Amino acid sequence: MEKFTLDGTPKTPTINFDLGSGVLEIKGRSIPENSIEFYKPLVDNLEKYGLSPKPATTVNVQLEYFNTSSSKCILDVFKKLEAIHKGGSSVTINWHYEEDDEDMLEAGEDYQAIISVPFKMVQVAE
Amino acid sequence: MMLDLFDFYDKMERNNILLSFKGDITSDLLTSILQIMESKMDNFQEEPKTKKKVYNVLVECLQNLYHHMDEAPVDSGEYGRSAIFMIGKLDGAYNVITGNYILNENVSGLKSRLDEVNSLSKDELKEYYKQILNNGEMSLKGGGGLGMVDIARKTGQKLHYTFQPIDEKVSFFSLNIKVTLNQ
Repeated sequence: MEKFTLDGTPKTPTINFDLGSGVLEIKGRSIPENSIEFYKPLVDNLEKYGLSPKPATTVNVQLEYFNTSSSKCILDVFKKLEAIHKGGSSVTINWHYEEDDEDMLEAGEDYQAIISVPFKMVQVAE
Repeated sequence: MMLDLFDFYDKMERNNILLSFKGDITSDLLTSILQIMESKMDNFQEEPKTKKKVYNVLVECLQNLYHHMDEAPVDSGEYGRSAIFMIGKLDGAYNVITGNYILNENVSGLKSRLDEVNSLSKDELKEYYKQILNNGEMSLKGGGGLGMVDIARKTGQKLHYTFQPIDEKVSFFSLNIKVTLNQ
């Protein structure tokens, strides 16, 4: 089964995208200076996956920090998922935030307001 | 010229400056600075909430400097690729202070963007953020103006800034961001 993976660094998140099972995981920190360059391979893979997506796609986002440069790229990722969802395959985005992190919860709610995909806000312990 | 080092030291001590830097802002430098500040905040045993807030604001302020290093009129050789920042902790608040040259022709544009951010309430900032995020043009350099809105949202404070005219080409832009603890 085809997979797209990137190991995390102090400035970029770990990405695990299992195109065979339709599970995408983004975890860690996303604070690169050049976010477009970093997210391009993921966006390209999502585009490819969108041509024949699984009946259900699950996306787990668990970010500790992300910068505003990443916020646009994350929206681009979500827009690709929205297109898949609108195409008839179900997509769920699980947005994780640490229990004291109101800013991260609010950031998830901002995306939820923009993107027409079911969001689940998942609180995790610190 | 003889530098009065004690004068520097004394001023930094009185403002409780934890870290300061003047020079070219590179990606590697920012990685190191962020690591140093994280371990300092660990040593101070700051609450996770405080650490996150300060870290986020720091990332935005310093990357803002990084992205605007190119705008200094390097060709003149006079100003070079150089900026300054200081991080301090005073009276229960972290202060992130940045300074960089800006072309005079860009001053009024930046000033009106900062004034607009400062005129908005908490709810208006949230709407403005979503509007830029969803509709705004993403520049190769950054979030296309999202940074200042994000800083204002996360700190709940006005952005304090000054523009100091230097000569017919450039001004010096200073930004002072305060992150209040336990808000």
